[in-house]
Amino acid sequence: MRVAVVLVSHSRALAEGLAELAGQMAPDVRLEAVGGLPGGGLGTDFDAVSTAVADADQGAGLVVLYDLGSARMTAELAAESVGDPDRVLLVDAPFVEGAVAAAVAAQNGGELATVGAAAVAAAPGPEARGPALTGPAAEGAVETAEVRAETFVLRNEVGLHARPAALLTRSIAGLDADVRVRFGDGEVDAASVLALMGLGAGRGDTVTVSATGPDAETALRRVTDLVERNFDE
Amino acid sequence: MGCGVDEVVAAFHRVAEVITAHRDELVDLDRAIGDGDHGENLTRGFTAVRASLDEGEHGSPAEVLKLVASTLISTVGGAAGPLYGTALLRAAKAVPDRVELGPEDVAAALAAALEGVVARGRAEAGDKTMVDALVPAVAAAERAVGDGGDTRAVLAAASAAAETGARETAPLVARKGRASYLGERSAGHLDPGARSTALVLGAFASPGPSPSRTPGKECEG
Repeated sequence: MRVAVVLVSHSRALAEGLAELAGQMAPDVRLEAVGGLPGGGLGTDFDAVSTAVADADQGAGLVVLYDLGSARMTAELAAESVGDPDRVLLVDAPFVEGAVAAAVAAQNGGELATVGAAAVAAAPGPEARGPALTGPAAEGAVETAEVRAETFVLRNEVGLHARPAALLTRSIAGLDADVRVRFGDGEVDAASVLALMGLGAGRGDTVTVSATGPDAETALRRVTDLVERNFDE
Repeated sequence: MGCGVDEVVAAFHRVAEVITAHRDELVDLDRAIGDGDHGENLTRGFTAVRASLDEGEHGSPAEVLKLVASTLISTVGGAAGPLYGTALLRAAKAVPDRVELGPEDVAAALAAALEGVVARGRAEAGDKTMVDALVPAVAAAERAVGDGGDTRAVLAAASAAAETGARETAPLVARKGRASYLGERSAGHLDPGARSTALVLGAFASPGPSPSRTPGKECEG
């Protein structure tokens, strides 16, 4: 039983395309795409959104993401009128990044609040943010923890693209370990599919995976296995 | 005497007529700074409102407000559907069991409607939205109540203030809604939502003819 994700857009094509994209990384998550007017025009239809909100819940609640302002208002009204207030979470997050992050968090079995938080935390990517740790203190901060690290050359066709990134994140889900992936000047949390994708590591590139915490060894072994299997491509 | 259920029904028929008559004006206003669908959406919505009002008997002004709200939510779309719907639902909650709406009830319903729109749209006065018509309307209605005005006087004061408020949105730069994407270019145009709000309140205040049903019904002092 996983948290469901409802995507409310002004455009049916946008909602359905986003559901397709997010669904690639979250095959077991119920993704409900709703957008456009009954006649096919752009807009948000209250009855369609209400139906989606009412139908989507698989028993673990649902998060609702929306694109422009009136989609939020329609989603709010729908959630108020048909949703169980304890099981519907409206999330103000970047529509695409938020939906992908929420879907992956739901795939990993996250609870409603966790899935919502994942969507909110979906940031524009490491290019905009820069490395997570910088400055003179960064090296020391990493060294003081027990760090296990491995360096790999990516041999699979697409590198750390969407599907491999999602597989990597899923391989370490549930482990008590802080896993980070470094490529070039960027270093990101391996728990974030979008951050991994944002590294832009392709075929032939060398990445360093480091792990700290009680399950660091297991985490590193799983990542090693995955990379050596070329992400099952 | 105030506004009974028949008067409220008649007022919404008048609103539908006024909105339909101003459809093109609202389309033009929205085309200038929005997506151009406000006139069409509201006309469709209030046409549906007339149909649902004609369908049965209504127990109280609050019931009528709720019926109009749910009809608009389902038929208007865009931001206007949820905003008008929320406004009317909140207004209904403010006057739950009244058989007739007196001056204080009208002011309370307007204040609740404003709160609803602010909560739903997260807009403040000066953002170039419906709020800019509603804020002065609520203030004027409360003033009129304080001055001992009857229901009609309260509605007239609210309507006049909304009209002025809507006009004064012209120089504003939009900070909410689709128009906010235009930034400075949104200045120089009336906000269509503020304009339609003034039209709705104007229709409520006006004793104008309502040929389809209950002719001449208006909220009396």
